[in-house]
Amino acid sequence: MTTTEIAVGDLLRLATAGSVDDGKSTLVGRLLHDTSAVMPDQLEAVRRASRDRGLADADLALLTDGLRAEREQGITIDVAYRYFATARRRFILADTPGHVQYTRNMVTGASTAELAVVLVDARHGFVEQTGRHTVVSALLRVPHVALAVNKMDLVGYAEDRFAEIAGEFTEYARKLGVPDVVAIPMSALRGDNVVEPSPHMTWYAGPTLLEHLETVPTGGEPEATRLPVQYVLRATDFRGYAGQLSSGMLRVGDPVAVSPAGHRTRITGIEVGGTPVDEAFAPQSVVVRLADAVDVARGDLITPVSTVPSPAERLLVVGCQLASRPLRVGDRVLVRHTTRTVRAVVEAIDERLDVHSLSTDNAADTLYTNEIALVSMRTAEPVAVDPYEYNRHCGAVLLIDEASGDTLTAGMVGVPPWWP
Amino acid sequence: MRATTRARHILSHLDALEAESVHILREVAAEFERPVLLFSGGKDSTVMLHLARKAFLPAPIPFQLLHVDTGHNFPETLEFRDRAVARFGVRLLVADVQSYIDAGELRERPDGTRNPLQTLPLLRAIEANRFDAVLGGGRRDEEKARAKERVFSLRDEFGQWDPRRQRPELWRLYNGRHRPGEHMRVFPLSNWTELDVWGYVRAEGIELPAIYFTHRRTVFLRDGMWLAPGSWGEPQAGEPVQERMVRYRTVGDMSCTGAVDSPASSVDEVIAEIAASRVTERGSSRADDRMSEAAMEDRKREGYF
Repeated sequence: MTTTEIAVGDLLRLATAGSVDDGKSTLVGRLLHDTSAVMPDQLEAVRRASRDRGLADADLALLTDGLRAEREQGITIDVAYRYFATARRRFILADTPGHVQYTRNMVTGASTAELAVVLVDARHGFVEQTGRHTVVSALLRVPHVALAVNKMDLVGYAEDRFAEIAGEFTEYARKLGVPDVVAIPMSALRGDNVVEPSPHMTWYAGPTLLEHLETVPTGGEPEATRLPVQYVLRATDFRGYAGQLSSGMLRVGDPVAVSPAGHRTRITGIEVGGTPVDEAFAPQSVVVRLADAVDVARGDLITPVSTVPSPAERLLVVGCQLASRPLRVGDRVLVRHTTRTVRAVVEAIDERLDVHSLSTDNAADTLYTNEIALVSMRTAEPVAVDPYEYNRHCGAVLLIDEASGDTLTAGMVGVPPWWP
Repeated sequence: MRATTRARHILSHLDALEAESVHILREVAAEFERPVLLFSGGKDSTVMLHLARKAFLPAPIPFQLLHVDTGHNFPETLEFRDRAVARFGVRLLVADVQSYIDAGELRERPDGTRNPLQTLPLLRAIEANRFDAVLGGGRRDEEKARAKERVFSLRDEFGQWDPRRQRPELWRLYNGRHRPGEHMRVFPLSNWTELDVWGYVRAEGIELPAIYFTHRRTVFLRDGMWLAPGSWGEPQAGEPVQERMVRYRTVGDMSCTGAVDSPASSVDEVIAEIAASRVTERGSSRADDRMSEAAMEDRKREGYF
């Protein structure tokens, strides 16, 4: 048996989640500042703006709150992306707002993350929002979750307090099937265990947050190979199918199937950036050529013959409502799956998830913003989906309002094993 | 002997960024009727053109190029622009700020900068050519308002950006739906940093205009920035002219793009210099971003890139 590990070695995508006052801006500010991602001219601009507002100290939230309305209201409205690097790795950080009403923003940030940092205030411990953030991380299948037990300076750097919170959190996350959980005691304000090890918590033997971010393995479990066809490339004596491998790998000579039609053929050539290669792996963008002149178009899926997904016209997804316009039973929507868009009708919305108590109710025919529930749909054409549990890209769909074009709902195919 | 053999396939971060950008460029080609790629001859748009070439090989690049020419461009950049266009065999459209000024539709600003004047010619070009997707080289690391920008960013019929009404963007599912009159701004380099761009320039051997590397130039100091005299304006009294060894970190309108003192003459030297730099790209070379705390956001709301 051959197992192939596929990873982006020196790039980690992460998302932060935290409640309003547990110090998320300070943590993000500290990570950026201590990795030299904040330049003196930016700090000077923040000091100037703070002075203009009559503040005695520089307000580090001004560093990240980029929009006029955010600065005026002192809140973070929307997901922002931050970039920092160390000698070992580069990081793309989805900085998500912590307000209760913005669950959708955390869903957005977590959809591409390989690691989620969930913040708690050491004084308050595991609260409702902690559960919400952990559920969303589990739902989106973020492989690694780091619990940042912040403001340890305000509880006298007490080991037993940390152990209590870490224990409760770890048990909760394991129940949700989060594969990798690490808890780190810190004070973002004072810089304890964020980038530098803390002199105040010598009882803690684990990594600092940055050390953990630098060393956490990327990639994860091998997944079945999937190549959604994006674009048909034609030139003289050339016909190739362009797409980004969402998982797995392809080799020249591999027998493949084209879904949903089910044609079988063989790969005769693979190119990356115009250069021929013998094999390609996720997440490379490739062009493949096929042995037979089968009908292949945008929206089709190329897979090995051994792992062909069964095309379905009924979809059951865990839906998270993103738009302010609710989703209702009977709605006609567009379903976007990889590169394919099909029409669909919403047949049922039930088992709405209560993310605090981890229980469900059955009385829904409407899904409002930030709510999460099981959504059943019938599609006009077959779609070759995977369970989200097995494939984060081929198990994900968007529900789109045909009239406005707005993205309504994020959907993850199938029901996760921990679903109540 | 072990029952399991493990092969490791690891992509470098630059290869991962390239794969993502290529995916975005192909999505635009597939989802839109009339896409256009903004090209100024600067490093970001030059990298985009290179990525576009790689995305569609062996077929030609399926986009036209558009340059909004302020009339105050560095001659070296225009020369580079025209050479690149010829080499890649693409069609270039030029939207000319000067002709709008000549026609009385735009008025020169007292400070001489033409950067904000680009918005009208850009929107007119989009309208006249019925472009439905406009690819730009904007990066989220450039500025804090840009950090909030989506990869696919919907603009209304007036070209306006409303940061509070952005579509959420999840996984690799970019929603390109738009109504007639609306268009999409698309940023394939969203997740790249200035250092990534230079690292990629080095890895791919991409040619850039000479003004990115050190050269002797006549400059004068205004608001803490070295500006080069030219058709846009001359130094005023109290702004003595000097000869200095400088290079540019960004390429834009000469009136508001400042040079930095630098001995860096190669890509390697530029990378070493940026890695050690304590000033941001925009902070060191863009006067117009300093006008107010929300200068970039305000211009983007009006339809600027």
